[in-house]
Amino acid sequence: MSNHILNVSRRGFLQGVVSTGALVLSVRLFPDLLWADETASGTHADRAVLHPSAFVGIDTDGTVYLVAHRSEMGTGSRTAVPLVLADELDADWKRVKLEQAIGDPRYGSQDTDGSHSIREFYPVMREAGATARLMLIRAAAQQWGVPASECESDLHVIVHRASNRKAGYGELASAAAALPVPKKDELRFKPKSAWRYVSKGASSYDLVDLCTGKAGFGMDARLDGMVYASVEHPPVLGGKVKSYDQKAPLQVKGVKQTIPIKPFTPPHHFQPLGGVAVIADNTWAAFQGRKKLNVAWDHGANAGYDSEQYKKELQETARKPGKVARNLGDVDAVFAKGGRIVEADYYVPHLAHATMEPPVALADFRNGKVTVWAPTQNPQAVQETIASELGIPKENVTCYVSLLGGGFGRKSKPDYAAEAAILSKAVGRPVKVVWSREDDIKFGYYHAVAAMYLKAALNEKGKPTAWLQRSVFPSIGSTFKLNTMYGSAGELGLGWTDLPFDIPNHRVENGAAENHVRIGWFRSVANIYHAFAAQSFANELAHSAGRDSLEYLLELIGPSRIVDVKASAPEYENYGAPPAAYPLDTARMRRVVELAAEKAGWGKRNLGKGSGLGIAVHRSFLTYVATVVEVEVGDQGEVKIPSVHTAVDAGMVVNPEATRAQFEGAAVFGTSIVRSGAITAKNGAIEQSNFHDYPVARMNEAPYKTNVYIVDSDAPPAGVGEPGVPPFAPAVCNAIFAATGRRIRELPLAKAAASA
Amino acid sequence: MIQLNVNGVERSFDGDPDLPLLWYLRDVLGLTGTKFGCGMALCGACTVHQDGKAIRSCMTSMSTVAGKEITTIEAISKDGLHPVQQKWIEFNVPQCGYCQSGQIMQAISLLKEKPKPSDQDIEGSMSGNICRCGTYQRIRAAIKAAAGEDL
Repeated sequence: MSNHILNVSRRGFLQGVVSTGALVLSVRLFPDLLWADETASGTHADRAVLHPSAFVGIDTDGTVYLVAHRSEMGTGSRTAVPLVLADELDADWKRVKLEQAIGDPRYGSQDTDGSHSIREFYPVMREAGATARLMLIRAAAQQWGVPASECESDLHVIVHRASNRKAGYGELASAAAALPVPKKDELRFKPKSAWRYVSKGASSYDLVDLCTGKAGFGMDARLDGMVYASVEHPPVLGGKVKSYDQKAPLQVKGVKQTIPIKPFTPPHHFQPLGGVAVIADNTWAAFQGRKKLNVAWDHGANAGYDSEQYKKELQETARKPGKVARNLGDVDAVFAKGGRIVEADYYVPHLAHATMEPPVALADFRNGKVTVWAPTQNPQAVQETIASELGIPKENVTCYVSLLGGGFGRKSKPDYAAEAAILSKAVGRPVKVVWSREDDIKFGYYHAVAAMYLKAALNEKGKPTAWLQRSVFPSIGSTFKLNTMYGSAGELGLGWTDLPFDIPNHRVENGAAENHVRIGWFRSVANIYHAFAAQSFANELAHSAGRDSLEYLLELIGPSRIVDVKASAPEYENYGAPPAAYPLDTARMRRVVELAAEKAGWGKRNLGKGSGLGIAVHRSFLTYVATVVEVEVGDQGEVKIPSVHTAVDAGMVVNPEATRAQFEGAAVFGTSIVRSGAITAKNGAIEQSNFHDYPVARMNEAPYKTNVYIVDSDAPPAGVGEPGVPPFAPAVCNAIFAATGRRIRELPLAKAAASA
Repeated sequence: MIQLNVNGVERSFDGDPDLPLLWYLRDVLGLTGTKFGCGMALCGACTVHQDGKAIRSCMTSMSTVAGKEITTIEAISKDGLHPVQQKWIEFNVPQCGYCQSGQIMQAISLLKEKPKPSDQDIEGSMSGNICRCGTYQRIRAAIKAAAGEDL
């Protein structure tokens, strides 16, 4: 569905109707993005005649305003969440105008991460839509003097079939607004057979704008009188400025001034890193000015961070007993008996998000208040962080959310938005902070480096009778709390404690690790290294047992059953979801394995020399995903990926097309992790800087074709943004083993090749 | 004073001749459809056309574009949507969309040179443009669908 015409009319609307206040400001900033307004008059939805909830407003002209309160970073939330409401309202999607919410707790969580926009807001959107629809039905019934039970909705109209009468939503909006808002137990939801959009999907609301350069990203925000800033950050976490050249930068044409930013107070949380900002009248001049700062640093306590040394420490820790996170039976007793024991170590380095749009934000501080425009996954955190940095109430910070040029978890952390606010206050003008690619790579909130150790005892049939798995990684908790040494129950629940293999003696452990850089969420988080280790090890055991790896994997999963992880892992969180609604169901896990294998032609294809198939399965964010990857390994060890077959059971899926796109993208994201992703530190500073030394997959390196199969399901909706990533790396490495007999236990391939 | 033509409009520039064209387009002219991604011609987000051919504007200084015709995503189609943009829409190519201006400009340049590009031609031309969301297979499909259409 194209929304091109809709876009034109949106522009017409803005020019014709809105004439005052901050909205005009934002309209000038992002001509094609409709915004909620921070003024007392609220959103367009609020101002519409009928507005029974914060998410929807219907005007007398029939326009339906829907508030998109989740951030759009490419996963489709901005379209899919309001689409659920539109469906339940029986609204014509072509007559819907989306407005992007500012940060405001009245919408609930706006933290767009953890693949939970649909999971959390599907019921909320349905209720909001059903509420408005019922009010329209009652208004029509009242006008026609017929029972409401005889009236029903059709596309954007209420009809009374017996008398062949109908009225449009616009005509009914005023009368409906006079009625009381119905209670929840009065609502009637549409049957599945009447769904218009849910499970059928729609193209991105912003599709045309994204293809014509008109879409409003944070990088594109402009304000009259604004200046540009670029910040020289301490190369080592916790470093401080000793001195810098205040004059030399001013010799660069366009540079206006330099401003120091104070170092953070540990723990770093979302605070800016500190350093020195260069203010200029264009971005490039600010970048150039930084080269003349000649900052002398006090590098501080993390100056000894060395990735080579740290890796050894993690690996040694992984070989020692750790904190037990899950225990079933007695692995030690089985291991003590001897017999066939298999052990392996795995390692995954730090990774950087490398969103195509680097961190950027525009802030305007005036009269003790801040207005900020940012590509953020979490506008309420932007408010909190800026409020805390400037010592003003949170209510005095208004955060507009632009489109995000990629997020992947980086833009959940608003340090860059806080920099813009601090600098705007210092300069007395709107300031746009632009991070260079080098800043982005060198000053991220990195995916944790991790070492894993696994050990299994096999019986005479090659099946494990005992299984020990231990992971060691610096915890994301270190970002929020000093001296955090162990992974949280949440992190360990990401593919480690919840490994649902059918093994009577099973112990899951975690070892201690200290952080020396900022650690943060990264698309699918701890699932990446946990799935890599567990699914690679499963494959190693299959080989050791002389079995087909698909058949062996299914045997490890075991019979169809609900696994009660909490029984042996009391702190297990199940992604915050109730196990009753979202059980760990091995029948669903088996089904995706079988489906992916069948579609990939497992066991039925004659693969040439140097070619192989690898399989991996993983449940994350309550979604079951199995991936079969085909590789071709050349004489020089170069790896090509001709095909990927991914089967997905995400429960009920709102937007299948966007979901397929997420899993196609996850295969490419996973390819970057396997091939080349590695962030390393030396003397406390990150060694990589741009796409030449932190390469991400390009078209010629990506899978040629990723086929995605969505299991039809009525189970409650789970996540789709992240779950494609975790099984990908082990599937590739298992395929490489099948093709060459070479086992990859350390990522990325580029590193493994160099050290081979 | 540097004279150039941007999207059909004659412009003159008397600022720093080392200023990359990208920042002239974005910060001076306010043409924000062209994106900043790396500053080192490694990602292709900044791709525009110079005299009809794709270039990386982040590494093209103003001193080298004197007398040139520059076209950005904003003016790639005089009327409605360019056929390549139409295919991008038909195949639902964008996810976040940040790199797509550059991808489209690169694809149009490719199709001008090779109206019926092979897979190898497409990879050869498009592998300089990074998409971190991973939309490559849809990009390839959209280019193939656009191939042969009147450009």
